[in-house]
Amino acid sequence: MKLSRYKREVSAALAYVALLLAVGAAAPTFFGAGNLRDLALNNAPVLLVAVGMTLVILVGEIDISVGSQFAVCSVAAGWMAKEGVPVVALLPLVLLLGALMGALNGALVGYLRLPSIIVTLAMLVAWRDALRWVTQGEWVQNLPPNFQWFGLGQTLAQWLIVGVALGVLVAFSWMLRNLGAGRAVYATGSDAEAARLAGIEPRRVVFGVFVLMGALTGLAALLNAVRFSAVPSNAGIGLELKAVAAVVVGGAAITGGRGTLIGTLIGAALLGTIGTALTFVGINPFWEKAIQGAIILAALVSDVALGHFERMRVGGLTLKTAGAAK
Amino acid sequence: MAEATLLRATDITKSYAGVQALKSASLELRAGEVHALIGENGAGKSTLIKVITGAVSADGGELQIEGKTVTHNSPRVAKELGVAAIYQQPALFPELTVAENIALGVEQSGMGGRVDWKSRRRRAAELLAQVGARIDPDRDAGDLTMPQQQLVEIARALGADAKVLILDEPTASLSEEDTQNLFNVIRSLRERGVGMVYISHRLEELPVIADRVTVLRDGRTIDTRLMSEVNRQQLIQMMVGRELSAVFPKREVELGDVVLELRDLGCAESGVHDIDLSVRAGEIVGLAGLVGAGRTELARAVFGLTPVDSGEILLRGKPVRIGSPAAAIRRGIAYLPEDRRRHGVILDMQIGSNITLASLDQISSGAGLDFRREREIAGDYTRRLGVKTPAIYVPVATLSGGNQQKVALSRWLLTKPSVLILDEPTQGIDVGAKSEIHALMTDLAAEGVAVLMISSELPEILGMSDRVAVMHGGTVVEILDRADATQEKVLALALGHDAAEVSGVAEARP
Repeated sequence: MKLSRYKREVSAALAYVALLLAVGAAAPTFFGAGNLRDLALNNAPVLLVAVGMTLVILVGEIDISVGSQFAVCSVAAGWMAKEGVPVVALLPLVLLLGALMGALNGALVGYLRLPSIIVTLAMLVAWRDALRWVTQGEWVQNLPPNFQWFGLGQTLAQWLIVGVALGVLVAFSWMLRNLGAGRAVYATGSDAEAARLAGIEPRRVVFGVFVLMGALTGLAALLNAVRFSAVPSNAGIGLELKAVAAVVVGGAAITGGRGTLIGTLIGAALLGTIGTALTFVGINPFWEKAIQGAIILAALVSDVALGHFERMRVGGLTLKTAGAAK
Repeated sequence: MAEATLLRATDITKSYAGVQALKSASLELRAGEVHALIGENGAGKSTLIKVITGAVSADGGELQIEGKTVTHNSPRVAKELGVAAIYQQPALFPELTVAENIALGVEQSGMGGRVDWKSRRRRAAELLAQVGARIDPDRDAGDLTMPQQQLVEIARALGADAKVLILDEPTASLSEEDTQNLFNVIRSLRERGVGMVYISHRLEELPVIADRVTVLRDGRTIDTRLMSEVNRQQLIQMMVGRELSAVFPKREVELGDVVLELRDLGCAESGVHDIDLSVRAGEIVGLAGLVGAGRTELARAVFGLTPVDSGEILLRGKPVRIGSPAAAIRRGIAYLPEDRRRHGVILDMQIGSNITLASLDQISSGAGLDFRREREIAGDYTRRLGVKTPAIYVPVATLSGGNQQKVALSRWLLTKPSVLILDEPTQGIDVGAKSEIHALMTDLAAEGVAVLMISSELPEILGMSDRVAVMHGGTVVEILDRADATQEKVLALALGHDAAEVSGVAEARP
């Protein structure tokens, strides 16, 4: 009975298991430790952004500027490192930078009530081109040696990155379920006016969620940047699509109010695995995007179909109790 | 009066989700007549109009237009048969020009049709001249004043060859001069044989403009009379002549101190002004008035939803500023909004989460929300209020209207309010749930809660209230004690008639 509330999550999980089984049968080497580690590491930044995106979508908004914010934070992290900012100070500074960009979105959407899709579309272009102008397209090179892998060495840092991503996911998942603020997020996304009448301040909730989105994007950018010897100025292109897709495939309603972070984890895993899986099975990885698109559509269609089923089932349920009451 | 019958609606019935809006409504409209349709809020006027214009389909009864029975009415069918309706709020496209707006209702070209701009403009000018409006057809409709927009709508209806014109409170927001203008247009349409259904709460204008009048009450047609044969008092009595048979669980309660007091309260944004009102602990004050009189607007101002910009709100004698619902809740004010389906509950959320939503601090601890406590609370309140549900974890959307309302009410009871504002608490819910909610209100009053109850149902107002505050035109015009309040008095005051006349009405009672 409880599981029935998480139908979408369960069906995404089943699809993921089916994918793993199929790949496992066709190419058992897929499950090699090295490959799994690479998969986790490559998808950790996307997962972090998808956590923020889940919050944004739960309140009924969207943020398509995350890719550009990600690039700004990546380059800023590189610059600061080169300027001699100690590695421990990088984290709060990059988080703050991300949060500020998020706060700008949040103020425009939450307080000025501008449509988030347009606001963040403008930001997507504005941050990206501002960065291009400032960097003149140049990558940040000659980073100090303690920048890469935080100076911790590759093995330890890899665990750290994956661990932080999963830890953030678990922490936010707990907060959404167990804190009043989490309730406020769901209430705002379900019916902002009803939430307001219950004493919640939807504007503040929307603002806060965008700030978190920005901070998580900053975190993702930093964890991603330390993996390489140079920071590209065009990082994060298409990141918004990956994040939104993970959230939607994970069962969240794009209209807000419904979804879980466990679903987002499954969605990110499913979409993040497809490309590598294709390579292992010997299919041209050019198909990756097409298949991802098909999965997103399938998720939306099954949503509608399940909705129909749900209404029928609930109708039956009410009838039954009405009879029992007599 | 030998004119042909244009429209005949016979014994129309219609129910929405189990609530009977029309029980047996009939209306007969002749060519060249202005036929007034009156009744209290919720008497069924709007529903009857919607049946005639095809916006909703009737459950039973017969609708004839020019002698032909209409079986499958729809807005399109009604329009082809020559029915047009003009509402209080003009429904023009503000971005289009006047000529384009008029053409929208008239031109029959398909999607591929070419627009003949010249003839369109000429036609618009002709039609506007017929309604005596001097308006440039090339202006954007959004730039016109309200009365001008109304005339454009009438012109559009004429262009579509409307024979039956429904005017829904057309003068509600018109000045005296604009009203006279409109009356002249109505008279000239009458000359041309157009039949008009004229809905208005301004009883004083009916003798001036209407030929006959039909009174609706509780979804039934009470009578149709020649306007020259009835006076205002008789009309009011026909509107309210309802038996006060329902028994209300009203109890005498020792009244405490004044809890909520409003002094000269005004809110420009929502049009309420100069409100003086107080509610004592244990008291139920009924807030009566017509739709648009400012009752909900007053409640919203007190609850911090719209800014108060004059006068003051006092709680237990201390002036307070309430800037948001959250602030109101902290100060012990609870507001059960009108139209629970939209905003009283969050439909996707479970019963428990809905009930605790305004009191999350009560179930929060260092370790997050206490779900066990939440289940206990949900269990307590569903039992106490008799919420009929298979389980407490189902989304509120699966409950019936009455049970949703009980969940909404539970949320506010959990906040332990000292002031409870109820906005149409029993509208559209079944009889059983209704009397349960009434009983609960009595209990709350007995516990010392100050209750302010907005209701459009006069028996409910008279049955439950210790005092009745009547609103008209954005302010409280009179406060009646329980013993002095009668249906006629309350309605007459709500219609904006003065106290002297009110006493006349009371005496005229059989």
